[in-house]
Amino acid sequence: MKSAAVIKKSTIQESKTDRIFLTIVYLLLFVAFLLVAYPLIYILSASISDPAVVNSGEMWLFPKEVTFEGYRTILQNEAIWRGYLNTIIYTVVGTLINLLVTIPAGYVLSREEFPLKSFFTKMMIITMFVSGGLIPSYILVNDLGLSNTMWALILPGAASVYNIVITRTFFQSTIPEELTEAALMDGASDFKIFSSIVLPLSKPILAVMALFYGVGHWNQYFQALIYIDDRKKYPLQMVLREILVLQDLSSNPSTMMSEETAMYLNEQQNLSAIIKYGVMIVATLPIIIVYPFLQKYFVKGVMIGSIKG
Amino acid sequence: MEKHVEKITNIRDTTIGKENLEKTRTKTNWKDKAKKILTSWQLYVLILPAFLYFLIFHYGPMYGVQIAFKNYMPSLGIWGSPWVGMAHFEKFFDSYYFWDLLKNTLGISIYSLVVGFPIPIMLALALNEVKDGAFKKMVQTITYAPHFISTVVIVGMIIAFLSPSSGIINHGLGALGFETKAFMEDPTWFKSIYVLSGVWQSTGWSSVIYMAALSGVDTQLHEAATIDGASRLQRMWYINLPVLVPTMVILLIMNFGSIMSVGHEKILLMQNPLNMTSSNVISTFTYQQGLLDAQYSYAAAIGLFNSVINAALLIVVNKISRKVSEVSLW
Repeated sequence: MKSAAVIKKSTIQESKTDRIFLTIVYLLLFVAFLLVAYPLIYILSASISDPAVVNSGEMWLFPKEVTFEGYRTILQNEAIWRGYLNTIIYTVVGTLINLLVTIPAGYVLSREEFPLKSFFTKMMIITMFVSGGLIPSYILVNDLGLSNTMWALILPGAASVYNIVITRTFFQSTIPEELTEAALMDGASDFKIFSSIVLPLSKPILAVMALFYGVGHWNQYFQALIYIDDRKKYPLQMVLREILVLQDLSSNPSTMMSEETAMYLNEQQNLSAIIKYGVMIVATLPIIIVYPFLQKYFVKGVMIGSIKG
Repeated sequence: MEKHVEKITNIRDTTIGKENLEKTRTKTNWKDKAKKILTSWQLYVLILPAFLYFLIFHYGPMYGVQIAFKNYMPSLGIWGSPWVGMAHFEKFFDSYYFWDLLKNTLGISIYSLVVGFPIPIMLALALNEVKDGAFKKMVQTITYAPHFISTVVIVGMIIAFLSPSSGIINHGLGALGFETKAFMEDPTWFKSIYVLSGVWQSTGWSSVIYMAALSGVDTQLHEAATIDGASRLQRMWYINLPVLVPTMVILLIMNFGSIMSVGHEKILLMQNPLNMTSSNVISTFTYQQGLLDAQYSYAAAIGLFNSVINAALLIVVNKISRKVSEVSLW
């Protein structure tokens, strides 16, 4: 106890400028924290406050005139429910396909003696820098007959080079070459090695990849915007787009749109005033719940990626 | 001493000999190689889904990019449509909006880079000075969080907060005695709103990669510097910052390689007819021409022009970087 105090005192003594420096660092970080946290707290408070006090600016930090009317309206809104369900389906199926493509590919590329390793690696890396662009991709998806199906949202993004590279790096550092060699000596096939040695060891990378891809699917709207016409197939983000973004445009007389859409959006606008903050929370809820527990996995993913980026 | 050196070179010679032997063996015995490729057929099966995916969904569109030089008609298909040469490119370069699009695209890109690039580095350096504990964890958790919020919700937040009648920002301005403003309908504000909301969303997450680099700093270096009387600020400047330089250079090169592509996802949501003069960028224009007006070939040509510039910039910047800093992508 006494020695600890002495050490503490000595470090303080030898660093008076350091103390000022540290104080500034802490202050700046605290300001950064406030800047990021404030909008988040505001949304949370606004979602359970009376819309009238929110819109008038009386509510600016803590909830005022607490009401759950917004959430009740959201729960009764069929479009939101359907969007939610669609998004859950797209996310689960999409993420499964992502894993089925990414994990085996990452593993194969981690095998030093794999004969065509550099061919496959180059083939994938090239696509990071060269692409056909939006229009040719759109024509391709249409020609394949995928438009207006969930496959248009899933297959064009079935894997990402970055994630395959992270997976490869993970396997390179967790599965020793000797283990594979020994298994091959014993007459195990590559399938056998993959299923009984590699997969049991790959839980951390499965978690990281499922998270990266899963969040991507959950938050995606653009693919649905260009490929999905049927409103019944809209993912949640498209429903949100109408409530949060288009309602603003409908107040704009110069926006070109049919009368029908204008009327529909007008209805949405009234609805939006009540539920806009609640719907932001509801849409982000799965991620909010999962995030604190899995933050370290997300960070781990970036760390693995940065070793050999 | 000399003997020792001789011994080492001897050993090296024999290993080189061995390698050569192996090389010649594999060269002459192509059967061996073929056998090796065949015996690992299961590995090919495992990589097949990824191979097919990249072939179809990445190389497929590269084949389709020829429509930029054609007059694509869906009924005739990509191959059957008639060639028109550079007509679409000429139309684009001669159009009255070409320079506006270029100016907006580069303006937003460079603005994002100048403001958005240094802040994550500062955050990482600052977080690195703080000892592990509740405060550090709290700052990290909160600053990383916006990365996971969807673009639609982010833009929804921007619109709600900036609303001239009900937005909190205008209420704040009003309380401080300023005039309220319809920010989203004002072209002069568009770029700042786009860039600053981007900084809000991505700074925390972008700092993770720098934190990873900082965790590799040798603690002995810091101890030695402390004994020599270096202050924390000096150690940050002379020890930590140089560690980040390779990462910074790599990210800068990547950034330059995409300087012509401002993502359309967020801008499309933020666009409205009143801010169009500063929010219309090449990617959103491609979307409007190609997918809303069905001018496929024209839009594909604009897209191609865009990626060619990007690729050229990437190659040039990479080359410069390799000469100047010896850090490069390839």
